[in-house]
Amino acid sequence: MIALDPMLEGDVLWTPLLIVVLKVLVVFVVGLVATMLMVWFERKVIAGMQNRIGPNKAGPFGLLQTLADGIKLFFKEDLLPRRSDKFVFALAPFLSLVPAFLAFAIIPLGGDYRDGNDGVVTWFGVETRVQLADPHIGVLFALAISSIAVYGIMLAGWSSGSKYPLLGSVRASAQMVSYEAALGLSLASVILISGTLSTSGIVAAQSTLTDWHVVATGIVPFIIFLIAATAELNRPPFDLVEAEQELVGGFNTEYSSIRFALFFLAEFMNTVTMSALIVTLFFGGPQPISYGGITLDIPLIPNGLEGTIWLLGKVLVFLYVYVWFRATLPRLRYDQLMDLGWKVLIPGSLAWFMLLAAQRLARNEGWNVFTTTAAAVVVLGACYALLQGAFAISNKTREREGAQF
Amino acid sequence: MSVGESGVSEFLRSYLTVGWFGIAAVVLAGLLLWVASLVRPSRPGHEKLLTYESGVDPVGEGWSQSQVRYYIFALLFVVFDVEAVFIFPWATQLERYGTFGLVEMGVFVFVLLLGLVYAWRKGVLRWV
Repeated sequence: MIALDPMLEGDVLWTPLLIVVLKVLVVFVVGLVATMLMVWFERKVIAGMQNRIGPNKAGPFGLLQTLADGIKLFFKEDLLPRRSDKFVFALAPFLSLVPAFLAFAIIPLGGDYRDGNDGVVTWFGVETRVQLADPHIGVLFALAISSIAVYGIMLAGWSSGSKYPLLGSVRASAQMVSYEAALGLSLASVILISGTLSTSGIVAAQSTLTDWHVVATGIVPFIIFLIAATAELNRPPFDLVEAEQELVGGFNTEYSSIRFALFFLAEFMNTVTMSALIVTLFFGGPQPISYGGITLDIPLIPNGLEGTIWLLGKVLVFLYVYVWFRATLPRLRYDQLMDLGWKVLIPGSLAWFMLLAAQRLARNEGWNVFTTTAAAVVVLGACYALLQGAFAISNKTREREGAQF
Repeated sequence: MSVGESGVSEFLRSYLTVGWFGIAAVVLAGLLLWVASLVRPSRPGHEKLLTYESGVDPVGEGWSQSQVRYYIFALLFVVFDVEAVFIFPWATQLERYGTFGLVEMGVFVFVLLLGLVYAWRKGVLRWV
């Protein structure tokens, strides 16, 4: 591995190496601490919403509750059910945790995007970005990693050799796969506007409030992305994977001790990462709020650090939204879940994507934007009407023929 | 675009950094499991190692058959995933292909949606 690293060929450049090691360490620690705080945050906020106090014994305001729970799990017996597939059973927590960490790598965690700086900061005389890795295909990387997470859940459920975990994991894989299509298609609208796949490029394209992709793409891709992301995370109201009333604990029923903790950690880490991804894609990531030449600048703090503060603030908003969802919305039924995914979100995001593309092209080619938009809307409307008509006829035919389903 | 030295090196390095990060995650998980194995008790018994089934002895095989519908959804997903392969590169290069590209993509998406409508009509999306 070391010999493969082109950085280490020939002259060893110690400063870049140091920066990489530093970045890996910092991002790692930030990820872990953020996850722990997220668990506390969720329990505290949901307690507030349900008129309870929530954790308040371990540490100030119960901040150390997660740590205490983790330490407790260390001392619990680790059971390997006799009927389980031992190897896969042990492998599954890794398959769940590692992608959760990896997805964190492409999030821009700060940096100065103002005055054409493009997020580059100078550390120890080396220009770098406040982000672990900035591959050109950044967003696709995040999508790819989030699909690997399906394997962790699927294999955990299957290898348990038990009924409830199997049901949970089969549900999970169908659900995550369905919503991944909608997730990817709503992402395509963002890429259409920014013209790049790299996360730092996407952030750099959102310098003012009107450039934020939530505004620039119209609000629809953001809403679709938020719904699909919640389903990807298996969070309420899409938590059919671990519906306690039906499936005991879902895919991790047979897991105990620290193996269970790894799943738990991965789940909350995914929530944090997904919130950060939403902020990066739609809300300007580390960019400050800026409108009409006026930028909200936090005084006394250098611009490079300020980005991190903005990012944290925005991510916190979405973490709150997720907890809010959990406290407010009842769980969907499985057929409702599939209907929403395939019949509303996927066609909707595709239609919106084509509309945006037509609009964008009209602006480039110098056509009348309003005429083009109107024409596109008419075409989409015609498609919708055709679909509805086809279904009406099809239903009538089926009724006449007496179809069973 | 790239920060640092040559382009190829930078390109490879971003993935290698991710690789190192992944290794760090594996090491962390392994470390946690190892430490836990040192401190936790291990007294397996017949009852403990039974598969969970609400307190009664498990009946039948754990690996029961599941509905074929799940599998069909996975097949449908592949269609849309392949589509993404075409849509993403086109979305980044919208200007280059201009009107031709838009019409072409419109036709492509239309044909693809026909597939979804067919599946819909066949009752594949109906969950009874």
